[in-house]
Amino acid sequence: MAVLRVEHLSKSFGTTPVLNDVSLTVEKGEILIIIGPSGSGKTTLLRCIHCLEFPDRGTIVLDGVAFGAGDAPDRRWRPDPPRVLDAKRRRVGFVFQRFNLFANLTALDNVSIGPRRVLGVATTPARARAAALLDRLGLAEHARKLPSQLSGGQQQRVAIARALSMDPALMLFDEPTSALDPELVDEVLTTMRELARSGMTMIVVTHELDFAREVGDRVIFMDAGRIVEEGRPADVFSAPREERTRAFLRRLLRTGAPHRPATGIESPRGRIHGETEPTTDAAADRRA
Amino acid sequence: MFDFALIVQSIPFLLRGAVYTVQVSVLAIVFGLALGWLLGLAAVSGVPALSAVSWAYVQFIRGTPLLIQIFLIYFGLPAVGINVPAFWSGVIALGLNSGGFQAEIVRAGIESIDRGQTEAARSIGMSRFKTLVFILVPQTIRRVLPPVTNELITLTKSSSLLSAIAALELTHAGQLIIARTFAPFEIYAAVAVIYLALVAVLSRGSAFLEKRVFVNY
Repeated sequence: MAVLRVEHLSKSFGTTPVLNDVSLTVEKGEILIIIGPSGSGKTTLLRCIHCLEFPDRGTIVLDGVAFGAGDAPDRRWRPDPPRVLDAKRRRVGFVFQRFNLFANLTALDNVSIGPRRVLGVATTPARARAAALLDRLGLAEHARKLPSQLSGGQQQRVAIARALSMDPALMLFDEPTSALDPELVDEVLTTMRELARSGMTMIVVTHELDFAREVGDRVIFMDAGRIVEEGRPADVFSAPREERTRAFLRRLLRTGAPHRPATGIESPRGRIHGETEPTTDAAADRRA
Repeated sequence: MFDFALIVQSIPFLLRGAVYTVQVSVLAIVFGLALGWLLGLAAVSGVPALSAVSWAYVQFIRGTPLLIQIFLIYFGLPAVGINVPAFWSGVIALGLNSGGFQAEIVRAGIESIDRGQTEAARSIGMSRFKTLVFILVPQTIRRVLPPVTNELITLTKSSSLLSAIAALELTHAGQLIIARTFAPFEIYAAVAVIYLALVAVLSRGSAFLEKRVFVNY
């Protein structure tokens, strides 16, 4: 049974279309990789699936439950009431490019706060479970540290543990290694590999082609808000059908990192909004 | 020239004034902090009516002199049948005033927290309210500590304006002594030193919170 079904999803920022009639399904236990150039809508697609961003049109169905209502004749998408949305959203885990660990909480509390404050689990069992999760990800010794005392790779693994703490049916990864120093990428990919092996359903936006080839069941190439090509990673990477996919892969293999521009880390939002909306404070960017 | 003996003689009376100043200030600080957070949270609540109230309040408080606000409460309210003694007029006026300024500090503080923090909280199913309580407010407290300390220092020193409604606080105590002794230099110097000491306590308290209580984030 499909864990996630997305149909005819469209979204514009102002007059700029970012997603154009995107449809996809993800089966239980499937690892779906999304690749594509900057501004192709990959991040927005993930954010829409999680309702961090509201789509304009389309339907999103998780485990048979619709996120918002998009089945009116005009397909215009309407959000759920806040409480309903909060309850649905916790079934999906989201891992951010820049970790976004709660700066005021230790690693352990980052992982236990969701169960405690959202699910109402008592502090002691919630902490015990969080400790077990951290242990499983090899982070036991860092449980008492604040995010500012952890490396980027450790922060991202704690962030994965935080998302897992809510027992999600689906995990979304938004370029989880793009903000990391090269030598820290592997530890995060290893964690994700193990997660994939454990049967978790995942959608991963990434440029790590080796990882995609090894772990991915299916890859989608997006460009200009559309799905251009879809297939098994081995097929798409070695014999892309579309010229745009070929061009993108060529660039990726030549530079290794289309997403590490000289200006530093890009904001997923800023890329779409241009200069209209400064989204994060500079200090946070530096920390990240 | 400089009459130290006079200062020594005046100390007991000045200290009584200082006690009054401390009492007014502490109560006004508690009131102002509560009001400031309430208005600051209202400003970022996302509820248009609440942010409008907060905005209008801040405009009024910022746009009018504190002295006039004190007069409005102490001299103005009796005209509509509400008599507030000088002490409580001081607490109310200083609290209302400081609350307005602190509201802006709190609002700016909350808005300065990286939006990723909110998104991460929402992504694990936290409501807006819980996000505010468990994630944003704790980080904001640490971040606004220095400007809020400034604000509390300003409040404490502004209590000297209550001399204008004959509240027996430190400045007024000094004025009374000067009226008797004609020694403004000595007495005002002594008064200034006492204010300095009071403010030093506030500064040290804030520094302690910053370095020892909210470490590292």
